[in-house]
Amino acid sequence: MPVVSGVVCPVCGCCCDDIEVTVENERIVEVRNACAMGAAKFESFGNHRNTTPLVRKNGKLVEASLDESIAKAAEILAKASYPILYGWSSTSCEAIRTGLELAEQVGGLIDNTSTICHGPSILAVQDVGLPASTLGQIRHRADLIIYWGSNPWSAHPRHMERYTALTEGRFQKSVWRGLLLRVQASSISKRILRVAELVLKRGSHRLPSDVSAPQQALSAEERKVIVVDVRRTRSADLANYFVQVEPGKDFEVLQALRALVRDEELDAEEVGGVPVETLEEIAEVMVNCRFGVIFFGLGLTMSRGRNRNVEAAIRLARDLNKRTKFLIMPMRGHFNVAGADTVFTWQTGYPYAVDFSHGYPRYNPGETSAVDVLSRGDSDAALVVASDPVSNFPREAVANLVRKELIVVDPHLSATALMADVVIPSALVGIEAEGTAYRMDHVPLPLKKIVDPPEGCPPDEKILGMILNEVRRIKNSEI
Amino acid sequence: MKVLVVTGRTIDQGCGKESGKLSEEYMGNVALCEINPEDMDKLKIRDGGNVKVTTRYGSVVVRAKKSRRTRTPSTVFIPYGPWTNTVFASATNATGMPLLKGVEADIEATDEKILTLHELLNQSYSK
Repeated sequence: MPVVSGVVCPVCGCCCDDIEVTVENERIVEVRNACAMGAAKFESFGNHRNTTPLVRKNGKLVEASLDESIAKAAEILAKASYPILYGWSSTSCEAIRTGLELAEQVGGLIDNTSTICHGPSILAVQDVGLPASTLGQIRHRADLIIYWGSNPWSAHPRHMERYTALTEGRFQKSVWRGLLLRVQASSISKRILRVAELVLKRGSHRLPSDVSAPQQALSAEERKVIVVDVRRTRSADLANYFVQVEPGKDFEVLQALRALVRDEELDAEEVGGVPVETLEEIAEVMVNCRFGVIFFGLGLTMSRGRNRNVEAAIRLARDLNKRTKFLIMPMRGHFNVAGADTVFTWQTGYPYAVDFSHGYPRYNPGETSAVDVLSRGDSDAALVVASDPVSNFPREAVANLVRKELIVVDPHLSATALMADVVIPSALVGIEAEGTAYRMDHVPLPLKKIVDPPEGCPPDEKILGMILNEVRRIKNSEI
Repeated sequence: MKVLVVTGRTIDQGCGKESGKLSEEYMGNVALCEINPEDMDKLKIRDGGNVKVTTRYGSVVVRAKKSRRTRTPSTVFIPYGPWTNTVFASATNATGMPLLKGVEADIEATDEKILTLHELLNQSYSK
């Protein structure tokens, strides 16, 4: 049974490239090294697969031929005055390049999932820059890792194992031994607490908190992990120290840390629910590390403040660079959203929310971003590729998306496909089709083709090329 | 009871989406609301019972799940997905990003049933 090794996992922004897939009779039978999500994808992608082109007639989706669905899609896009072309984060860079050509041809808006994810981070980076590196450097050198508003245990399960705390770097050891000791100690103390609760019929409903001050918890020679979040996530359980912030107060806490890192004193008892004493000790730890990094997630981008939260975090990293080496990186969600931003920027000059309605690329998130265009009801058609906005956009945006003509290119019958007027089945990039993807640190990786796609499911790049040719034919015939 | 709703990813939601968003597994892992046990006592909700989450934009029914990980008295956690998005606003404050964490809502125990994804889409959106 042939084993394909060095497979790049096509799920989250970690893009783990050590996956091993066993193929038998042209079907995947085993996956090794993948996390739960990666394994779920490699093992279950056939479960909810769509292999037939569909077109809506008399209110119902009926089977159609590939040619008919391509022709209908092209007709909708060619006739629309302001179509949205959305998605892109779960397909290859090559397909995205063709999508951009199509957007320019139809004079529409092209946007990727950054708009509902790390768009605010991009806005902050455009204001204040980004001290960054590749994940390899962090793996080998970082001795202080902070996850802020990010829960890798749930969304990037192998991040800590591949790139941060739980990996053996060349110059930094992993934290396995210390972690196991702490987990043992914590489960023993939990057991004692439970017995105490039963015996005394009292006791709080709280988990045992870290009563030791940050300095004590973090004074070991090994790598240290701090998690900052509004709730005690499973990632927080793995950390050396957890800081619980009140929802919507990350900006204040970040600004307080910036002041402390510059040796200023704070005239307050607590900031955002965190005692100033704790913040002073965290600042001390940050200043005294050799190579620190903040990984941040949607806790910063989706909360009140959006891009200003991220800006404060980046400025904190910049301030720390006056004292030590400090970096910051957004935890990108999908395996090729960084690739979407990259290809968009090469071709148009802008990373997302790109509008071609004037005949040239314009960029103004808030005006030319997909959720805003949809909630204003400005678009009159949409093409969704490799994404499921009906599940992920708020109500009004979805209502306006489905009210107008909607084309979906997807391997699965997603919620968006269920509400579409044309559904074109495609091959799964990274399993049934090759392509390039960019990891969260912008390292390009080659996605492999492991098995053949089902009959009649071409790769996204080919489908988009066919639609583009047909649109050009329609536009030329009108001249 | 007034709360702040925080949405986000969970590992079960992540695996559920790979198995298909129309599946019962996905619904079971996404149409839920993690609430602190003290708040559940106040609201008289039992673990696994249904709760109705109401914002300015509408209501949705999900399953209550006891969790000590959320703060009391103000925060509940609902996995990111179609159920919670039906009651969130699309306004972005000119940033392009709607508010999807820290949204004010009211929660109460309810006997109403949780809608499947098909039912949710039919009820909320029309072609």
